[in-house]
Amino acid sequence: MTLSGDIWQPVRLTLELASLTTIILLLVGTPVAWWLARSKRWWKEAVAALVAIPLVLPPTVLGFYLLVALGPNGPGGLLASLWGARTLAFTFPGLVIGSVLFSMPFVVQPIRNAFDAMGDRPMEAAATLRASPWRAFWTVAVPLASPGFLTGAILGFAHTVGEFGVVLMIGGNIPGKTKVLSIAIYDYVETSQWAEASVLALGMVVFSFSVILAMMLIEKKVTRIAP
Amino acid sequence: MTANTIKVDFRGRLGRFELNAQFELPARGVTAIFGPSGCGKSAVMRCIAGLNRMKTGFCSVAGDVWQDEKTFRPVHQRPIGYVFQEANLFPHLSVHRNLMYGYPGQAGVGAIAFDEVVALLGLEKLLERSPRNLSGGERQRVAIGRALLSQPKLLLMDEPLSALDQMTKDEILPYLERLHAALDLPILYISHDMAEVERLADQLVLMRSGGVIAAGLLTELQADLSLPLSVSRDAAVSLDATVIAQNEADGTATLAVPGGQFLVPAEPLRIGDSRRLRVLADDVSLAREQPSRSTIVNVLPAKILSIRSQSDHRVTALLGLGANGAGARLLSRVTERSWNELDLKTGLEVYVQVKGVALVRREPSA
Repeated sequence: MTLSGDIWQPVRLTLELASLTTIILLLVGTPVAWWLARSKRWWKEAVAALVAIPLVLPPTVLGFYLLVALGPNGPGGLLASLWGARTLAFTFPGLVIGSVLFSMPFVVQPIRNAFDAMGDRPMEAAATLRASPWRAFWTVAVPLASPGFLTGAILGFAHTVGEFGVVLMIGGNIPGKTKVLSIAIYDYVETSQWAEASVLALGMVVFSFSVILAMMLIEKKVTRIAP
Repeated sequence: MTANTIKVDFRGRLGRFELNAQFELPARGVTAIFGPSGCGKSAVMRCIAGLNRMKTGFCSVAGDVWQDEKTFRPVHQRPIGYVFQEANLFPHLSVHRNLMYGYPGQAGVGAIAFDEVVALLGLEKLLERSPRNLSGGERQRVAIGRALLSQPKLLLMDEPLSALDQMTKDEILPYLERLHAALDLPILYISHDMAEVERLADQLVLMRSGGVIAAGLLTELQADLSLPLSVSRDAAVSLDATVIAQNEADGTATLAVPGGQFLVPAEPLRIGDSRRLRVLADDVSLAREQPSRSTIVNVLPAKILSIRSQSDHRVTALLGLGANGAGARLLSRVTERSWNELDLKTGLEVYVQVKGVALVRREPSA
């Protein structure tokens, strides 16, 4: 049995997409999580709900709105016109934007929980020891919340690897550009290339198992550390 | 005007109660903030630290204004050390790195040196440990050390012993006394335990339901009949005394206070040392004539300066030692019945019989 085509191309593309998405999510999600954990504004839970919407929204719905937003007549198209393109839909940057929004809750939630669990006291103690809020954040809050960051990063990465609906709506099926793993599997099945499909599918099973196991081990470590 | 004082004035709602606290005291020695639980002691301290912010507030320390209508200096720019009820050590850092967290880096020729603090608090053996593996008392000692090493100009301690059991308290109190003696650092110390206050404090801020009812020298406030302290169950006076004789044969020492002397059972003391004595109002009885033979060794002439009747048919009298009443102040609590039988009244010269005198502070105060 020989495997046809470049079966590894979608794998590489998927890893690139997931890595980039995870990095962006940590950069964007951390301040959001901090604000949600620390703010005393009454409407912060509304913001939290907004961030969490992709948890329950059908991916096709999110994909539909993204398609409109990224298309030639949306803000995405406007952005794309800066470098002479017509649209962000069906492009790799478009996929990244979609993935960031779609995986946001999986990153923000664990980090926010870790900041919540820490309580006010460590930051107060740091402030009474002359640490500026910035220094206290990096030397106290981040290390204390590190299990939350790890969980968030793993979940965000894994969830991006596994996404299908959103990619289908805004990415299409362009090899090397938007054809990610889940789409590739679908594609191989459609064209009766069962061998290729099962290699990728089995890979996903192993990957998912490792992710869940890693999460459980982290959780166990956290419960042991908790003061 | 506010040269070397701590001056605070905080008013406003904070959570469930109204805070309305003002006092101004010299910024030296240990000042205890004393009052029942939930009277706003911690709120005042958190306001001084800048951890809470009252809309209407004023706070200046040694002439430096930390808060007024226009100013609110953020916590990390106030030269304070803060010891919380729970030690609040950073669990991800070793004891050594906890201690160094607030230590000024490059310019750090701190007046309070690392080795000095480690020795003072007995931390030598703990440095490489993790805070997770420390006992409650050890944690609190590290927390005190960490606060000291940030080179504070004012040390704030919010019931640092209340989360500890009695044995651990007894283990830490000597360290606190040494701190007081070794460092010239004003300390604000919250407590609801009068025994702790008598042992450590020089000045007292008395609080009740969000307000300050009195602030001044501990010895003076204890002897003020208008304050609730004088009618509390363990009403007492603290006397700062000097050791003048050591009687090794019977294990006692003679200590002098203004207007009199006390014979106190004590471990060997050095002559000339100062110690603090505590005399409970219930341990002082009064006699019109000098009793001829008695097991009570401390009988001193005194004068009744003023009295306060309690609702439970007892009378608390304020006495001045010496025939003219100019010496140290004592409180005596007796029943109304014996008060009337002896025909006692203000201005009368009497003899006080002091049944018990306790040495409460072992280290001489600074």
